[in-house]
Amino acid sequence: MQRESIVLEGGFTDPVIESQAVFRALMDAMAHPARAYRIGHHAAPSVPIAATAAAVACAVVDADTPVWLDGALAIDAVRTWLGFHTGARFANSPGEAAFALIADGAGMPALQRFAQGTEEYPDRSSTVILQLSALDGGDALAFEGPGIRTRATIAPVGLPAEFPTQWRANRARFPRGVDLILTAGDAIACLPRSARLLAGEN
Amino acid sequence: MYVAVKGGEAAIDNAHRLLADRRRGDRAVPALTLDQIAGQLALAVDRVMAEGSLYDRRLAALAVKQARGDLIEAIFLLRAYRTTLARFGYSEPLDTGAMLVERRISACHKDLPGGQLLGPTFDYTHRLLDEGLDGDASVEAGKIRAGAAEKVVRVADILADEGLIEGDGLATGDGPGDINHTPVEFPLSRAMRLQSLSRGDEGFLLALGYSTQRGYARSHPFAGEIRIGEVEVEVFLPELGFAVPVGRVQVTECQMVNQFKGSAKVPPQFTRGYGLVFGQSERKAMAMALCDRALRAEELGEDIVAPPQDQEFVISHCDNVQATGFVEHLKLPHYVDFQAELGLVRRMRAEYEARDREVAPVREAAE
Amino acid sequence: MTSRTSTYNFAYLDEQTKRMIRRAILKAIAIPGYQVPFASREMPMPYGWGTGGVQVTASILGPRDVLKVIDQGADDTTNAVSVRKFFQRVAGVATTTKTGEATIIQTRHRIPEQPLREGQVLVYQVPIPEPLRFLEPRETETRKMHALEEYGLMHVKLYEDIARNGHIATTYAYPVKVEGRYVMDPSPTPKFDNPKMHRSEALQLFGAGREKRIYALPPHTDVVSLDFEDHPFEVQKFDRPCALCAAEGVYLDEVVLDDRGGRMFVCSDTDHCETRRADGHRGELAGDTT
Repeated sequence: MQRESIVLEGGFTDPVIESQAVFRALMDAMAHPARAYRIGHHAAPSVPIAATAAAVACAVVDADTPVWLDGALAIDAVRTWLGFHTGARFANSPGEAAFALIADGAGMPALQRFAQGTEEYPDRSSTVILQLSALDGGDALAFEGPGIRTRATIAPVGLPAEFPTQWRANRARFPRGVDLILTAGDAIACLPRSARLLAGEN
Repeated sequence: MYVAVKGGEAAIDNAHRLLADRRRGDRAVPALTLDQIAGQLALAVDRVMAEGSLYDRRLAALAVKQARGDLIEAIFLLRAYRTTLARFGYSEPLDTGAMLVERRISACHKDLPGGQLLGPTFDYTHRLLDEGLDGDASVEAGKIRAGAAEKVVRVADILADEGLIEGDGLATGDGPGDINHTPVEFPLSRAMRLQSLSRGDEGFLLALGYSTQRGYARSHPFAGEIRIGEVEVEVFLPELGFAVPVGRVQVTECQMVNQFKGSAKVPPQFTRGYGLVFGQSERKAMAMALCDRALRAEELGEDIVAPPQDQEFVISHCDNVQATGFVEHLKLPHYVDFQAELGLVRRMRAEYEARDREVAPVREAAE
Repeated sequence: MTSRTSTYNFAYLDEQTKRMIRRAILKAIAIPGYQVPFASREMPMPYGWGTGGVQVTASILGPRDVLKVIDQGADDTTNAVSVRKFFQRVAGVATTTKTGEATIIQTRHRIPEQPLREGQVLVYQVPIPEPLRFLEPRETETRKMHALEEYGLMHVKLYEDIARNGHIATTYAYPVKVEGRYVMDPSPTPKFDNPKMHRSEALQLFGAGREKRIYALPPHTDVVSLDFEDHPFEVQKFDRPCALCAAEGVYLDEVVLDDRGGRMFVCSDTDHCETRRADGHRGELAGDTT
């Protein structure tokens, strides 16, 4: 009984309008890499998954998109909550994931372990949703590329130490590669595979 | 002074009003009811259900009425409605062997278990216009053979007993596929091809099937069996752990039996082309079966020599909603691009005439 | 038969369909110029009449958006009116004819003359998304060509034009290269508009419904029209200004005035023309009053 109410609570209250609002922020963020967008408060899950990551999942995940959860999230309560609110199926490995949800950024699998897409179908790759503690205050990362006028800088807290190396390898695989959605507080920022990490400030 | 053309909005409103007026026709004549359309133009309604790929006679009848009898327009209306419906799941494979047949014939056998059952067919009518239908003369009730509407064995199963025909094969593990939810990626599985053909345009498939009979990818077909009747639709419910019936649909099934010389991998045997269509749509089911067989060329190691064997060609062009839309879009204004072409033709014409002027004096001098 | 009413969701599409299209849009933005396959749905208008653009617009549209729809550059062409009315009816959104006021602009065949700004989205209706299609009809082949960056055939075609005509004879749907990687069809806009795509401030989304493809250009993306060193890309030039607003350096429609060969040239972008006239610009045939 109690478990049921935990599961039923905390999704979108107005799914049509809130899905659109969250998606629109995602679209803007993907079109303007490394720039933070506040999405406001939409989801309030009663299970250990961050509200903003949960809202992103509610907007883009459904039964057609296998979801991979990292160790911190791979518990029954999270699976049941996501299953109830999105219809998600779960992937057994990062390589099968359309979306991956990561609570422990520092310990996440290397980017190359996620689905990369193929040369013919580079879109068949994973989108990785990361729960971070903050989008500023960490090591500054400066990017250039599509969506960026000259350069864009972001300093997220909680990425793995070898992130710059991994990201450069990810960019080198273009058009294959993964796309990242960083979340912290009520903000999101995106790093599409097209973003080139500049040398120097990191 | 020039005033740019305005009033697209008023023009559209007026056109729609005129359309509604013409659809209604002479007000002194009673309006058609959906029951009349579904009951008396049943084969038109069946075609709209089949190619609209939504099994709902009332909505199909409504679409026929709304489209003023333009069946492709009606198919389009129904398709545009069905696309918005939530998908709850996929049914279990239909068991057409358990069909309650209203019609069942085979061209391969003089008689067979279950018999030849003609049903309500045009086949042996003389196509003489019947003035008696102009009015509402009473019509006597049809006679149905005692014991009809029962389960009869499928002809393919009879042939299979001798091992002379390929089997049904096993359902693949990756589910039925869904052409509505998966972008087309060639080569398509047979399941996906059959879905496309099942709602493909009757005329297009008829012409392609006909061309195979005339030698373009000929495969010596026999109408192994055509059966029309109702079958049960079942859905597997994980909560219950078994499949439950959710309703019955009328379908037409055609199994073509085709000669096959055999290949390195497969012994000589009969192969099959398959057609399955909502409602009573016999011509379509037969044409579909011919096309299905032709599209199996690669699988059976046959040379691909003709359009009906080319799946990119057949599947990309068999949908009449897509085809009619793109052909008819030529009615939309294209004057911006035409302007660009006008400029180009004028420029090329000027260059051509300039070249002509340069060449002409030389020619005169030579003469 | 029982009677039922058929009702539709906000912006017509069901939520499952919107999510599928939204995911395709995100991938399209991440891989600029690459055509993402999507499970395009039937729409209540015919294929070839903007179903791809309509599906993209329906999937991104929210209640606070202001929508502008143009066809041939004009807000009052019948198909533009029809698409605009569709969204008024199924989404109840505000609409405008002013380029500057719109948050989403759906277009067929033109890019507005007024430069777009950050935050605006330009949605193109695309009939044939594959720039290589008329050189190679098979999708299986063209997909390989994109994967291998094998674009030689396109250059050969353009160069044959030059050999035959002395110049490239493609005037619209003129192919572009995106960020040095994908060759992309800009949809059948006149090549006059190609330079507007380069490093635009706005997000540009392309929807091809019948062909089931979505592609995108994020803002500030390099979009270069294909050309040759000895035959650089050039746009159409008109040798006179707009007869109504006197604008120069804009795309003009040729209007036939009578059956004696009378012609006038006016802005194809009706909002641009009206705005200029409201600001007091007068062409030779504008008359004295607005």
